Amino acid sequence: MPEEIRWGRDFETALRAAGDKLVLLDFSAAPM
Amino acid sequence: MYTNPQVIEFVTRHTVPVRVHARENHEAFAALGDRFDAHWTPTTLLVDAGGTERHRIEGFLPADQFLPQLALGVAKAAFARKDYAAAERLYRDVVDRYANSDAAPEAQYWAGVSRYRATNDAAALKDTAQAFAQRYKDSSWATKASVWK
Repeated sequence: MPEEIRWGRDFETALRAAGDKLVLLDFSAAPM
Repeated sequence: MYTNPQVIEFVTRHTVPVRVHARENHEAFAALGDRFDAHWTPTTLLVDAGGTERHRIEGFLPADQFLPQLALGVAKAAFARKDYAAAERLYRDVVDRYANSDAAPEAQYWAGVSRYRATNDAAALKDTAQAFAQRYKDSSWATKASVWK
């Protein structure tokens, strides 16, 4: 299990990859 | 909340995570914000592969409340695709695993609805109303279930 979340940046790519999973779309303003 | 090991495991197992940042990805942030009417941070959406929003979490939550909300979203997605047996199991998992969370009363309500949808047996609703007499009786979901007694 990864030690951190591997965030994608492209929503449409995530949708195409989702399959049976859900896309978790995080709107953030936290320091990166 | 995204540094919590249980949250990391859940997110990795059940979702494809995408982050749009208000400053770092301003264009995508604005476009997706308009598309999903999300104009505050943090806002977390669970979206199915067809692009339909299935659950929304607005504002910060600590991991012990955030994780049950994610689980609630996964259960809602199962309900939305009319997999009612899976939805009931997933909703009951929320109640069993996160009994003290804010998500639990809502999950108890929808577990009953899912069972009713799966079986067409009105006893599922009556049993749910009775369950609310034992647990979460002061919640708004208990009020909603009260008509099933």
